[in-house]
Amino acid sequence: MEFFVAQLLTGLANASSLFLVACGLSLIFGVTRIVNFAHGSLYMLGAYIGYTLMQNLPGAVGFWGSILLAGIAVGIIGVLVEVLVLRPVYRAPELFQLVATFGVILVIQDLTLIIWGPEDLLGPRAPGLRGVYRIMGEPIPKYDIVLLVITPFIALALWYLITQTRVGVLVRAATQDREMVGALGVNQAVLFTGVFALGSALAGLGGALQLPKGGADLLMDFHILAPVFVVVVIGGMGSLPGAYLAAVIISVLNVFGVTYLPQSTLVLMFVVMVVVLMIRPYGLFGREEVAGEHGQVGEPELPIKPASNSVRMIVMAGLALLALLPVFGSSFAMVLTTDILIFCLFAASLHFLLGLGGLVSFGHAAYYGGGAYIAALLVTHANSPMEIAFLLAPLGAGLAALAIGWVCLRLTGVYFAMLTLAFAQLLWSLVFQWGSVTGGDDGLVNIWPSDWLNSTTAYFYFALLFSVGGILVLRHVAHSPFGYALRAARDSKRQAESTGINTQKVQLLAFGFAGFMGGLAGTLFVFSKGSVFPNELEIARSFDALIVVFLGGVKTLAGGVAGAAFFKGVEDLLTRFEYWRLVMGLLIIFVVIVAPQGIVGSIRKAAIRLNILKQGGQT
Amino acid sequence: MQRKTFLRAMIASAALAAMPLATWAQDTIKIGEINHYKRLAAFAGPYKQGIELALEETNAAGGVLGKPLEFIFRDDQGEPGEAVKIAEELMTRDGAVMLTGTILSNVGLAISSFAGEKGYVYLASEPLADSLVWGAGNKYTFRLRSSTFMQAAMLAEAAAKTDAKRFATIAPNYAYGKDAVAAFKENLLKLKPDAEFVAEQWPALFKIDAGAEVQALERAKPDAIYNVTFGPDLAKFVRDGTDRGLFEGRDVYGLLSGEPEYLDPLGDEAPEGWTVTGFPWYDLSDGPAGEFVAAYQARYDDYPRLGSIVGYMTVQSIVAALEKAGSTETEAIREAFEGLQVASAMGGIEFRAIDNQSTMGAYVGTTALQDGKGVMINWEYKDGANYLPTDEEVLKLRPAE
Repeated sequence: MEFFVAQLLTGLANASSLFLVACGLSLIFGVTRIVNFAHGSLYMLGAYIGYTLMQNLPGAVGFWGSILLAGIAVGIIGVLVEVLVLRPVYRAPELFQLVATFGVILVIQDLTLIIWGPEDLLGPRAPGLRGVYRIMGEPIPKYDIVLLVITPFIALALWYLITQTRVGVLVRAATQDREMVGALGVNQAVLFTGVFALGSALAGLGGALQLPKGGADLLMDFHILAPVFVVVVIGGMGSLPGAYLAAVIISVLNVFGVTYLPQSTLVLMFVVMVVVLMIRPYGLFGREEVAGEHGQVGEPELPIKPASNSVRMIVMAGLALLALLPVFGSSFAMVLTTDILIFCLFAASLHFLLGLGGLVSFGHAAYYGGGAYIAALLVTHANSPMEIAFLLAPLGAGLAALAIGWVCLRLTGVYFAMLTLAFAQLLWSLVFQWGSVTGGDDGLVNIWPSDWLNSTTAYFYFALLFSVGGILVLRHVAHSPFGYALRAARDSKRQAESTGINTQKVQLLAFGFAGFMGGLAGTLFVFSKGSVFPNELEIARSFDALIVVFLGGVKTLAGGVAGAAFFKGVEDLLTRFEYWRLVMGLLIIFVVIVAPQGIVGSIRKAAIRLNILKQGGQT
Repeated sequence: MQRKTFLRAMIASAALAAMPLATWAQDTIKIGEINHYKRLAAFAGPYKQGIELALEETNAAGGVLGKPLEFIFRDDQGEPGEAVKIAEELMTRDGAVMLTGTILSNVGLAISSFAGEKGYVYLASEPLADSLVWGAGNKYTFRLRSSTFMQAAMLAEAAAKTDAKRFATIAPNYAYGKDAVAAFKENLLKLKPDAEFVAEQWPALFKIDAGAEVQALERAKPDAIYNVTFGPDLAKFVRDGTDRGLFEGRDVYGLLSGEPEYLDPLGDEAPEGWTVTGFPWYDLSDGPAGEFVAAYQARYDDYPRLGSIVGYMTVQSIVAALEKAGSTETEAIREAFEGLQVASAMGGIEFRAIDNQSTMGAYVGTTALQDGKGVMINWEYKDGANYLPTDEEVLKLRPAE
């Protein structure tokens, strides 16, 4: 019993930082509909700024003052981010802002490295709170007790702000219907900035408050991100009580998991999330999202049309040039182009889901990495020849996508996206944990193609054939009746169904098809590199694809491919420089602001304005 | 229109890639060095400084084979796929004669697999995974640093000398942690067959829930604890464990915990009385190690970390191999590495012909607090050669060539 109580208290103390960061994220999403991936970076900044302040301000007053000031400072940084980066792109297509926040992450990472240096900082102790209290004989650190007392008060203060004040009324109104709030004469810009500042300040506060339990390091931004998103989704996006309850549930379950199932540390919270979303599709306290509210932001999409003859000629000429690369290019040029081609196919497969299907998958790496792993497992454990593995792996990935899609398609919008992320993460932890079969994070090595393909030139042609072929097939399917049905289901589910389209089935098939193509890209990848590691299933890989698709242009057919080719090429150049993340982040933000329709979309728009391209259709 | 853009981007990047960048300075011998300079800046930085110090010394003394030695440093973002691409570029475009680098085991394994397939020599400087030279070993891959198995065996030897019977382990939940626990168990049970393992904790890497882990360890009432956590996890574990009295009256063994990289961030909260592997540079004043420390401090106005001496020894090993080979041909370098003797900063080491593992050792000692900083006292340098499995076992582990 004593042990049980002690565990409960530990869990509640852990919930503190998690809740602060999560409720900030939840507030921001609720009002501005921005999925703020830079929230972890704000948390990290809170920790670093708090650390520096604590070094300079003495005593208990200095300590608690530093925490408060860190919150305020991060709030101000939040205002800067909102005004400079996000405000220009509020009218961009759905979820486009998350790409901008990704750029912010990269910038903050390098700036933090420049300012505070690479070494981990150990957080200062809270003055007078070193040591433990004995509660029923069990030692509990004093600071834990302080945390679990403070948090409910902060939660109460927030609750008061949201439910009892004029500001809170506006925030809640904006959460429910922000157009209406705008129509009633409320200055939305100020409201959005204010909420973003408040959310950022809470993240900073969370970062500074956890200092005595740990410290500040350069990896903490990504490490907090997954748990925070899980908490926000379980609680219901936009709900404060939900965030608190979910933070407590996750933290307490985690403490018990550590004790009774020590190996569970990687998966537990994702399992909880899947279970909760199965029972309550909008989280514990979330509301159903109003259809169309953020699906139709921005200009309506143009109908698609087949490429004109001149475009076809240009594509043919370009392909011919690529096919001649082995003649005039170096061996490395072929390797780099192979990488780019594979990534283009991966991005195109996601673009098919995202652009044509309107299905935002945060976990597309599951099929890319899944395909790579199926091929590698077949070669390693069944000694199957490369050709067989190459045939079976994309099929396996497609089947996995069908199974996962079948579950996820019960949900919509951000909840759908988060569920796909959860499944990708479950697959990742399965591969990571099941060392005897998958090699864990030591991966599977020596997965090379058959002899006839083993030269760089042969494999380059092989990758060229399948990548370009795959992209053309994806494009062809977009123009087929199936593609039309898919877009109909995206634009208006009800109308599509009334014309006899089984939207559920169409979307599921599209999910499986995109998974198959993603798996094909993964299979090409594994044989080109000769090894595969869990990195290929990571969240980061899913986001690589997501970001290039958005930057290329969601509402254009070639957006995914163009974005992938452009950014993979730029990345290869930039990583040669010292502070490449800073430059990359700024480049992403620049593209987001200058070309809110993506690279391809904005070029097309410019061309129409200059009368180079005729209006009325996209190629 | 979109197609056009796509193709333009494609052609532009292909053309850029095809351009020969390094036509100048052909008269140097180039080594391709791939590392996670950004992702693990705190570790890769000192390592790079160690390399640069050794390079300056080498070139001041006339270089190798009559030419200056040059390292090309490239960042792989900690991604195995990127590392493989860069390896290809270094070898085929930049004119590197061999590859070295990486800290993360998975990136090291990816390069190793690639090097084995393409026939490039790869000296894995820092990755610790046992499989790099055993289960997934190949004849082109050599490893400098003492592996997980070797360092765990050193701690197991120390643990076997005590009366402790009930052991608990805590290790990050990934391959390195699992290998480290398995090797410790294997070696301890050999020396002390009645040892018992009463708890195994597996926190997620860099996401430790320290309070809960400490409670779970306390509940098992062990006599001794074997710790494999490092970095921010170690800081949280030590802080919570000290607060809750977990370490009182218990022997603690910490793999790598004595390395300045991990011990220094703990400041005056560094644990006392742990038996650890590490790098007590502050006590090194004689011999090659002492010379290295003095030269490093003179050059950088900073003290060396473990990574620094590994970087330094990486260059020493490569120089020795090139001189023995007498050429920069891959096969000659590979053959030179087999059984290569290097008079390194840690004393004489040998790259064993049987598994390409060097016999670089490690410093084992006890942690203590001096002037508000954690240090190692009563330390001893343990020669790696004594902590490797028998030749028969190694041959069983390595795939046939």
